[in-house]
Amino acid sequence: MSAIATRYEVVVGLEVHAQILTQSKMFCGCSTDYLTAPPNANTCPVCLGLPGSLPVINRRAVEATIRTALALNCEIPEFSKFDRKNYFYPDLPKGYQISQYDLPLSRNGHLDFDLNGETRRCGITRVHLEEDTGKLLHEGAIHEAQASLVNFNRAGVPLMEIVSEPDLRSADEAREYVMRLRAILQYIGVNDGDMESGQLRCDANVSLRPAGRAELGTKVEVKNMNSFRAIHRAVEYEVERQTQVLESGGRLAQETRGWNDARGLTVSQRSKEYAEDYRYFPEPDLPPLDVSREWVAQIRAGLPELPAARRERFMTTFGLSPYDAALLTSSKAMAEFFEETARLGAPAKTAANWILGDFSRLLNADHKEIQDSSVRPTHLQELIHLIETGALTGRMAKQTFEVMYRAPDPGPALEAARGSTQISGDAELDRIVDEIIAENVKSVADFRAGKEQALKFLIGQGMKISKGRANPQRLDALLREKIQ
Amino acid sequence: MKLYQRTIRDLHKMLVDREISSVELTDAVLNQIDAVGDKTKAYLLVTRELALRQAQAADDRLRANRDVRPLTGIPIALKDVLCVTDVASTAGSKILRGFTPPYSATVVERLEGEGAVFLGKTNCDEFAMGSSNENSGYWPVHNPWALDRVPGGSSGGSAAAVASGEAIAALGSDTGGSIRQPAALTGIVGLKPTYGRVSRYGLIAFASSLDQIGPMTRDVVDGALLLQAIAGHDPRDSTSSSRPVPDYLATLTDGVRGMRLGVPKEYFVAGMEPAVEQSIRDAIRLLEQQGASIEEVSLPHSDVALPAYSNLARYDGTRYGFQAGGGRNIIEEYMLTRQQGFGAEVKRRIMLGTYALSSGYYDAYYLQAQKVRTLIIEDFKRAFKKVDALLGATSPTAAFELGAKTQDPVAMYLNDIITIPANLGNVCGISVPCGLVDGLPIGLQVIAPGFGEEAALRVAYAFEAATEFHKARSPLMGAAA
Repeated sequence: MSAIATRYEVVVGLEVHAQILTQSKMFCGCSTDYLTAPPNANTCPVCLGLPGSLPVINRRAVEATIRTALALNCEIPEFSKFDRKNYFYPDLPKGYQISQYDLPLSRNGHLDFDLNGETRRCGITRVHLEEDTGKLLHEGAIHEAQASLVNFNRAGVPLMEIVSEPDLRSADEAREYVMRLRAILQYIGVNDGDMESGQLRCDANVSLRPAGRAELGTKVEVKNMNSFRAIHRAVEYEVERQTQVLESGGRLAQETRGWNDARGLTVSQRSKEYAEDYRYFPEPDLPPLDVSREWVAQIRAGLPELPAARRERFMTTFGLSPYDAALLTSSKAMAEFFEETARLGAPAKTAANWILGDFSRLLNADHKEIQDSSVRPTHLQELIHLIETGALTGRMAKQTFEVMYRAPDPGPALEAARGSTQISGDAELDRIVDEIIAENVKSVADFRAGKEQALKFLIGQGMKISKGRANPQRLDALLREKIQ
Repeated sequence: MKLYQRTIRDLHKMLVDREISSVELTDAVLNQIDAVGDKTKAYLLVTRELALRQAQAADDRLRANRDVRPLTGIPIALKDVLCVTDVASTAGSKILRGFTPPYSATVVERLEGEGAVFLGKTNCDEFAMGSSNENSGYWPVHNPWALDRVPGGSSGGSAAAVASGEAIAALGSDTGGSIRQPAALTGIVGLKPTYGRVSRYGLIAFASSLDQIGPMTRDVVDGALLLQAIAGHDPRDSTSSSRPVPDYLATLTDGVRGMRLGVPKEYFVAGMEPAVEQSIRDAIRLLEQQGASIEEVSLPHSDVALPAYSNLARYDGTRYGFQAGGGRNIIEEYMLTRQQGFGAEVKRRIMLGTYALSSGYYDAYYLQAQKVRTLIIEDFKRAFKKVDALLGATSPTAAFELGAKTQDPVAMYLNDIITIPANLGNVCGISVPCGLVDGLPIGLQVIAPGFGEEAALRVAYAFEAATEFHKARSPLMGAAA
C-alpha cells in the first residue's frame, strides 16, 4: 500500500448475511432447498406473499439466531419484534421484507480473532433475523435483458444479519474477522459457510479518516464479495481508491459500490441521494417475541466448544503452537479431522503439519474443503504410521499422499505403498518371528497362559523390528503357530 | 313466509325436521338473487354450481343424520376479501381481477366443515377501504331499503345480500366499522369480534392489526351461531387468540338485569341526526327498564388513526391478477399496473400511509397515531372498570344517497368515527336494528371489552327480544307475510 495511506486510518465495519440451516423456511413449512429443487417448486401462498396468507415464526430459526448471538457474546433482550422493511423489487413477493428494526434479537457482542500472533477484538452491534428474497435470472445483461425470470425457492429462507462495529482497521483484519465468524457459524451448526453459493454473504462499510481523528469519514458500502479473497481485495482496493481521491483533494461520495472480481475493482451502484427510505414499521401479522431467560439458558447450555476454546485445548493437550492451533480450528471440519487423526494414534504435531501443509495446499488449489476430500483421518494416520516406522521416506510419503488425494478411494494407493515395501517372503518373516520369541520370553509365556493381549504386543514388536514392513496378519499366524 | 326471509335458526329446524331440503332452500335464495340481484348489485360473483353441489352434500348429511351442525345446509354469502380455493377473489379491486387463490381462508374451511352452502362473493369497497361501497372497483351496491341510497361499507354487498333475501347470512370484515355500519344501514345485525377472536388467514388484508371477520345476520341468535362456527385459535394466524371460545348461546338469553351499561358522551357527535339520537336514547331507556343500570362515561380520545397500507405493495402485476402491460421496464410496468389497477380511495390511502411512514414524518404521524391508539385502549380499559358494556349509535345518520359524499373524503371518514374506536381499542362491538328514520334503518351499537362477545350478544339480544325492529324487512325482501 502506498506510503500516504499511513496518514489515514482505515475504518471497516462488516455486515454478514448468513442463511440458517433449518429444514423449513422462516415463516412457512416449505423446504429450504433452493439450490437443487426445480424453480419455484418449494413455494406456497405464504412465501409467495399471496393475499390473505400469514406468516408463522419458525422457532428453530429464532433459536439458531440466539445461539449465534450467544457465541458472539451478545446480550439477548427479553423482548424482540419483527418489522416490515418496505421496498419494491421483483424478487420480493410481498413488497416488503420481514426483518427486525429497533428491537433485534440480540445486541452488544464481540468477536475475537488472531492476526500476526495477536488477538484482536471487533464489536458486534447486533444479530437479527429476517427472510431471504427470491432470485432473479436475467436473459443477458441486467440492463439490456428483454426478460427476467424469478425463482422464489429462496424467498423466505431464514437469514441472519450479523452487523459489526466499525472496529476493523485493515483488509487483513476484515478477512480474519469473516474467517473466524464463519468458523463459529460452522461450529454451532447454523450455517455451512459456503460463500460461493451465497449461504454466507458479506458487505463492507469502508471509510478513511486522518490518523488520530475521532469522527468517522464518508462511508462507502461495498457489496458482492463472495470469497475471503474477494473481501480482502475489495477492501484493499477501496482503501487505495479512497486514499487517492482524498490525496488529490477530492471529496468522497456516500454511496454503494459493487466489487467486480474479474476486473479487480469496485463500481458505483447507487448514491446517497437515491438511498432507500425503507419506512420500517412493526409487522402486524406477528406477535412480539418474549424471549424467556430459561430458553436462553437452555440454548447457552447446548452450545458446543467454540473455536477459541478448542484452540486453547489443542495448545495444551497436543502441544501445538498458537499459530497451528488457530489455523486448525478455523474450520470445524479441519479441527475434527485433526483430532480424529491424533486419536487414531498419529503424533499430533506430524498430523497438524500434514493437514496444514500438503493437504491444505492441495485443497486450496482445488477450492475444496477438507470434508469434500476422500482422504479420511484413518488414511492419514496410516500414512503417518508408515513414515514413523520407517517404511516410507518423507519424499515417498508426499508422493503417496498426492496419489491418495487424487484417487476417488485413497485405500488402494495406501495399500500399494504398504505393499511395495512389505515383507512377504516366509523365510524373512520366520527370522523375525524367531527374534521376537527369543527376546520377549515373558510375553510369550503370558500368551501361552491365555493372555490374547500379549500376542498384540508381540506383533507390535515384529512391526518394530521390520520397520513396519511385516504383514501383521502373517505375523499373527506365524506367532500362533510357533508359540503353541 | 318465504324461505329466503327466514333466519338460520328457523331454517335449521326445518332442515332437521325434513320440512325442506337444502337444495330447495338454496334454489329459493338463488332465485331471489336472480330476481333482485340487478337492483342491489350485491354480488360480484354468484357460485351457483358450487352452492348446489354443497347443498346436495348437506342434504346427504342431513338425511344420514351425520354430524349435523347449526349451519349445515344454510346458504351464506362471503365478502370478496375472503379467499376460497379456485373461486375468483378480488377484494373488490381490479388489480386482483382473475386471481383465483389456491387456498381457502380458515373461516371458509370452518364453514365448509359445518356443511354451509356458499352462494358467492359479495361486493365491497376496494380492499375494504370505504364506508359506502362506492369505492368498489367494479360497481356500487344499492341499499335494498331505498335503491338510491348506499348500503354502507365496506361490507355493503354482504349487508345488502342479507337485507334483500339474497343470502340467509353473510360474513363481512371490519377494520373501522365495515361490518357494523352497513349492518345498521340495512337493518340487520353485524358483529365485529375482538381482534384475535377469528383467524385472519385467507382474509385479503386491509390493516392487519385491526381487521376482523365477523357475522352479518337477520338477528342476534344467528349472529351468535355464525360467530360460534368461525371463532377460535388458528395455528396459521399467529395473532389469533388461544383463549377458549365460550358457548355464546348459553348466556344469550340471560338478560341485562344487574348489568352496568355505559353511555359515552363523545359518541353523540356533532352532525348526528336528531332522529338517530332520539332512537338511541329510547333504546337506552328500554334497556334501563329491563333492569340495567345506566351511567354516563367518557372516552376522550375517540379519534381516527391512520393505519399503514403496505399490504398493497405486493400487487405489482408480476405474479397474479391484473397486469397493465406495455411498460418498457419493470418500474414502468409497476406504475402502469398500479395506476390502472387501483381506485382513487386506495391510492389516497397508499399515499397517506407512505407519507406517514416516511423518514422525517414518522414521529409526527405514525408514532402519534400509535400514541392515540394507546390512549384509546386506556380509555376503554378505564370505562370497562365501571361498566359491562357501552351503548351508542352505530352510524350518526341513516343511509345517505349514492354520490352524496364521494367528493368529500373527510365527510366519508367521519362516518366511521363511532365505529373505529372499537377496532383501535381491541374491543368487540355489535350493531342491532333500533328503528327506522324516514323508512331507513338505523342501528344501536353495543361495545363490550376484549373477548367480551358474550356480553355484547347478551345486551343486543335483550334489546332485540324486547323490540320488533329486527323483524322489519326491506321492500326488496318483501313483507314477512
